[in-house]
Amino acid sequence: MSAHPDHGHHGHDHGHDDGGHGAVTLRGYLTGFVLAAVLTVIPFWLVMDNVLGNSGLTALVILSLGAVQMVVHMVYFLHMSPSAEGGWSLLALIFTLIVVVIALAGSLWVMYHLNTNMMPDMIHDMKNML
Amino acid sequence: MSDSTAIRQPGAAGAPDQPQFYLRQDHHPQNGTSLGFWIYLMSDCLIFACLFAVYAVVGRNYAAGPSGADLFELELVALNTSMLLLSSITYGFCMLEAQRKRLRPAMAWLAVTGLFGAAFLGLELYEFTHLIHLGAVPQRSAFLSAFFTLVGTHGLHVAFGIVWLVTLMFQLGRHGLIPENQRRLTCLSMFWHFLDLIWIAVFTFVYLMGVLP
Repeated sequence: MSAHPDHGHHGHDHGHDDGGHGAVTLRGYLTGFVLAAVLTVIPFWLVMDNVLGNSGLTALVILSLGAVQMVVHMVYFLHMSPSAEGGWSLLALIFTLIVVVIALAGSLWVMYHLNTNMMPDMIHDMKNML
Repeated sequence: MSDSTAIRQPGAAGAPDQPQFYLRQDHHPQNGTSLGFWIYLMSDCLIFACLFAVYAVVGRNYAAGPSGADLFELELVALNTSMLLLSSITYGFCMLEAQRKRLRPAMAWLAVTGLFGAAFLGLELYEFTHLIHLGAVPQRSAFLSAFFTLVGTHGLHVAFGIVWLVTLMFQLGRHGLIPENQRRLTCLSMFWHFLDLIWIAVFTFVYLMGVLP
């Protein structure tokens, strides 16, 4: 991202694409990698060794760990920060997240109700109507 | 913000500063590229969101066929995941070398990244052929259709990422670390890390949750 060496003055890194921090650092990548590795190993361990013994609880925990790992990737690998691109990156991300949540939650909600309302009960009701 | 300075400066300076106006404008698309590419990634994110929504809805409709617990081999998925994660960190090393203007190490790390990506893709193709061999083909059940579409779309992205990576290797070999190539490296880095991010959702939601009883 430090593709603008011709800016000259090093104090003004905000113009860089990188998210306000300017240069990428080895420390940042290694921190991100270690966090990501730990956050990958834990869910695999939880599921493969069936540590928690409860599917619902395990699903909740691994989904949370996945969400945390996504944030880690965003921050350390994609160099997201509130100041990146003058805030426009974050704005685009938030907008996308809203649409994603609506699409996912909406699909699940509607299709769940479709299934529960259309399945055997409904057919039973139809027979009663005849 | 930089928009207004870029426009205001030539206006205030007048005609003699025309070349500087050109320079500023030349810069400007680089900022725009990053943001534009980010917005492309966000739109890609929406594609994956739709595929995840489909999988969430029909992912348990097995049509009396095999379920995720029958089919998925978590050891293979763990290996695959580590390939992609390692490729992320090696791409990071490539970016660090590119930042230091060291062409050869940057290209070497890029090549390593490409190899990890290819290993990921190879393992995924092996898994797919294995599944198809078992009769778990996309048309077997809604679950398998959704699974192949979702994971296949991700794999296709990785495949195109590798094509881009190889192209970039040639561009780097030919022109070195010029600003244009730095910009391309940056865009590919965003693309590559984004794919790793999507894979987190895939292995958590599809594979790990798929084998839960």
